[in-house]
Amino acid sequence: MQYVNEFRDPEKAQVLIREIQGLTEELGATSESPIRIMEVCGGHTHTIFKFGLEQLLPDSIELIHGPGCPVCVLPMGRVDDCVALAEREEVILTTFGDAMRVPGSRKSLLQAKADGADVRMVYSPADALKLAQQNPEREVVFFGLGFETTMPSTALTVLQAASEGLSNFSLLCNHITIPQTLQALLDTPDLRIDAFIGPGHVSMVIGTEAYGFIAAQYGKPLVVSGFEPLDVLQSVWMILRQMQSGRCEVENQYRRVVPDSGNPAAQNAVAQVFELREFCEWRGLGSIAQSGVQLRKEYAAFDAEHKFRVAPQQVADPKECQCGEVLQGRIKPPQCRVFGTACTPQTPLGALMVSSEGACAAYYNYGIGRHPEPQAA
Amino acid sequence: MCLGIPGQVVEVTDAEKRIALVDVGGIKRPINLACVVESPEAMSEAPGMWVLVHVGFAMSRINEEEAHKTLELLQELGELQEEMRNAAAQVA
Repeated sequence: MQYVNEFRDPEKAQVLIREIQGLTEELGATSESPIRIMEVCGGHTHTIFKFGLEQLLPDSIELIHGPGCPVCVLPMGRVDDCVALAEREEVILTTFGDAMRVPGSRKSLLQAKADGADVRMVYSPADALKLAQQNPEREVVFFGLGFETTMPSTALTVLQAASEGLSNFSLLCNHITIPQTLQALLDTPDLRIDAFIGPGHVSMVIGTEAYGFIAAQYGKPLVVSGFEPLDVLQSVWMILRQMQSGRCEVENQYRRVVPDSGNPAAQNAVAQVFELREFCEWRGLGSIAQSGVQLRKEYAAFDAEHKFRVAPQQVADPKECQCGEVLQGRIKPPQCRVFGTACTPQTPLGALMVSSEGACAAYYNYGIGRHPEPQAA
Repeated sequence: MCLGIPGQVVEVTDAEKRIALVDVGGIKRPINLACVVESPEAMSEAPGMWVLVHVGFAMSRINEEEAHKTLELLQELGELQEEMRNAAAQVA
């Protein structure tokens, strides 16, 4: 078992598609009045496009691509903070590759690097720590971003720096949380989503119980899903089965990776190092209460915001972008007024065009909506 | 960025820090196992273990039994569909 190809078996996918077709007919869904399922996580969006799952599914299922791509929701002001830090003589600014191209109001980190700032791409926060050990005369700042999946690695790296007494390593923290964000989304007036495909890798850390309120208070089924095509199809099938039998629950399709209680060691590391932020700014969604974390006071020595007196900036999203409406399922990416014209993966204006996991970039890269469809005569 | 990739532990390189070489899609990388192996002593059991790797840290031990259960369920679903089709064909 290699845990990849086994979950890409086309025959099993066909079996699931047939089940899904049967259930949507039974439920009376049509292309005019489809069942609308949001996949929260950008990883799922990627799988859906890479394997063409939307084309395999009946028209009576509509997939809404959610806000779960931390690069996509990174606000401009935060990129500006990073650029300002990177431009300091003593600083080596490190971050994941995906964060390099996100536009700030002045420039992206990639442009800052081209202009001479010392910006380095790392695979892991542990690599940033190593750079700090190798360059004692420099200040190494790790720009940490991501959902609960990535938080434990950053937390463990800060703990490691503390135990080694490193004084030239710090974290600019932009870690964000999924459950609070889903709640904010669910509180949006006239939101049209019937169910959720839940994020598998966030859940392997936090567990499945954190989503209980979505089923209990908001009456939406949620199935935590893996990232291979069979996983996503099976999750859609599980959601439809809930609807058919009148259930509304949190279910776990990704049992091979996600224990219902998550990963306690990872949760401990996160709790030790981080606390909730009062507010967190999202590109396309605005400010959401308690949707992000910051370092606890005990770790202030490793907090770049504290160390370099970074004053959080608020920069409005570009006016012409309609990312917020796409995220809420009100419009499809090609319906945005700048999709494929002013906003492309090469020159992204909006959040969702930035990362390959963003809904707009996925539509663009897979050629959906790039060319106007021929009009019927 | 949020990609998690299955990998198999090849050998322990630093038991104290719980670091091991993990084969992730054919590339061997040093990976931190602190979230999936309880103690430095338990690292001796790590080689051969399948883990889900994310940005250099293992975040879950992959449960082989659960993986089989998922695939078996889909297999049975397929057989059931086959039977139904055959039954329908006979009636016809």
